[in-house]
Amino acid sequence: MIEYIQTMFSYSFITRALIVGVLVSLCAALLGVSLVLKKYSMIGDGLSHVAFGAIAIATALGFAPMKFTVPVVAVAAVLLLRVSESSKIKGDSAIAMISTGALAVGILAASMTTGMNTDINSYLFGSILAMTEEDVALSVTLSLIVIALFIVFYNKIFAVTFDETFAAATGTKVRLYNTLIAVLTSVTVVLGMRMMGALLISSLIIFPSLSAMRVCKRFRSVIITAAAISVFCFTTGIIVSYIASTPTGATVAVINICAFLAFALVGRFIRS
Amino acid sequence: MPLITCENVSLGYEGLTVARDINFSVNRGDYLSIIGRNGSGKSTLLKALLRLKAPEKGKIIYGEGLRQSDIGYLAQQTPVQKDFPASVFEVVLSGCVKSRGPFPFYSPDDKKKAHDKMALLGIEGIKNKCFRELSGGQQQRALLARAMCAADKILFLDEPVTGLDPVVTTELFNIINEMHKNGMTIVMVSHDVHCAVKYSGRILHMNGGVLFDGTAEEYKTSAAGAEFIGGHKHD
Repeated sequence: MIEYIQTMFSYSFITRALIVGVLVSLCAALLGVSLVLKKYSMIGDGLSHVAFGAIAIATALGFAPMKFTVPVVAVAAVLLLRVSESSKIKGDSAIAMISTGALAVGILAASMTTGMNTDINSYLFGSILAMTEEDVALSVTLSLIVIALFIVFYNKIFAVTFDETFAAATGTKVRLYNTLIAVLTSVTVVLGMRMMGALLISSLIIFPSLSAMRVCKRFRSVIITAAAISVFCFTTGIIVSYIASTPTGATVAVINICAFLAFALVGRFIRS
Repeated sequence: MPLITCENVSLGYEGLTVARDINFSVNRGDYLSIIGRNGSGKSTLLKALLRLKAPEKGKIIYGEGLRQSDIGYLAQQTPVQKDFPASVFEVVLSGCVKSRGPFPFYSPDDKKKAHDKMALLGIEGIKNKCFRELSGGQQQRALLARAMCAADKILFLDEPVTGLDPVVTTELFNIINEMHKNGMTIVMVSHDVHCAVKYSGRILHMNGGVLFDGTAEEYKTSAAGAEFIGGHKHD
């Protein structure tokens, strides 16, 4: 078994995927706690569709996919937040509108130029082969920035997540921190979707924090547990997908579901 | 100079004016209750005083160097909080979030303050308990402790005793009274006119504007007071 795993890591594409995946899982879990508690889970999902649209357009126009997609999705995140704050259209329908719209535009852009080739498929469902050396460098830098900003603004993020009105009334710049959370989420989504796929990346954001919340009673322990679950599930997922020759993104998502069920069971046991 | 002065303030939602021509001021040491029926504009007025909502017309002037970080606020609970995984200590400490300006972490002083407030409200023993597992009264104490951590000069309370039993209600009012005696300015929105008259020094009765502004004693004998207090007894 150990030999098997050693052989696995002798493939440089797997090592690359593991480094990026672990960092992205960490970012997703940290931000996920806040997003889930603020009832913004769908934002992660909406952003991944926007990211797909942006990547399809970038490919069609011959731009570097990551460098084009990160800023586009960041802008979309700010827009989504503004739209869901306004009372005219309810938040969830606004997100559904933007995400299906972006998906449609992306598919059109892709089919008009190259057809639905494997590249686009790998963006939708994820591919472990997708990461180039340059992508890895960019992903590592960006995810370290996300983690650092999260730690620095941890107390403010808690205050804004727990009670926006109180935070605003006592002088915290709520809008700034909401925007920060949304932009960091968009970066995480773009970095993670190459491997997990646009359709599966939000599982990294939602599942670990929900699992942690079944058991933990403090915000800090929810954050730490979610991060640990996320990294563990990703690492397990990539090993299982190598051994069983299954798609990495789907495998990681299914393992996250198993972890959620286990934690839900433990949580029920503790409470009774 | 008063802490807060409203000059010809009109308030509304999406073009619909709910209260107009509001003129009053909050002075240091006041214990002011804002009362009125649903839709009378009392909650909107509180939001305006907290700078969460801009007035449609008029000016709200803050005196004596009153900054937002001097303000404590006991808000009505939101649905998000009902299922929030945070310990009592984490919630209370978050009241100190503005104490160090842009600096990201809490100081030992902040933590001591949070402990002191929890001790004062008798929730030190449950500081590691999860907020969502507390009773309504305990949750309200935790939120009051958080508001006390934030409040240097003035404390705003929005329906602080809604849904609490009479014993807990009396306890909470006693704590607020104690704070007022120690020099805190209190502004409370309440639909419970009897408690407002019993505990606060000054009454502001809203009904599309200011219907009455004076001491609680004066209010009891005023036309507005007689009707509102009397009306409630038949409810």
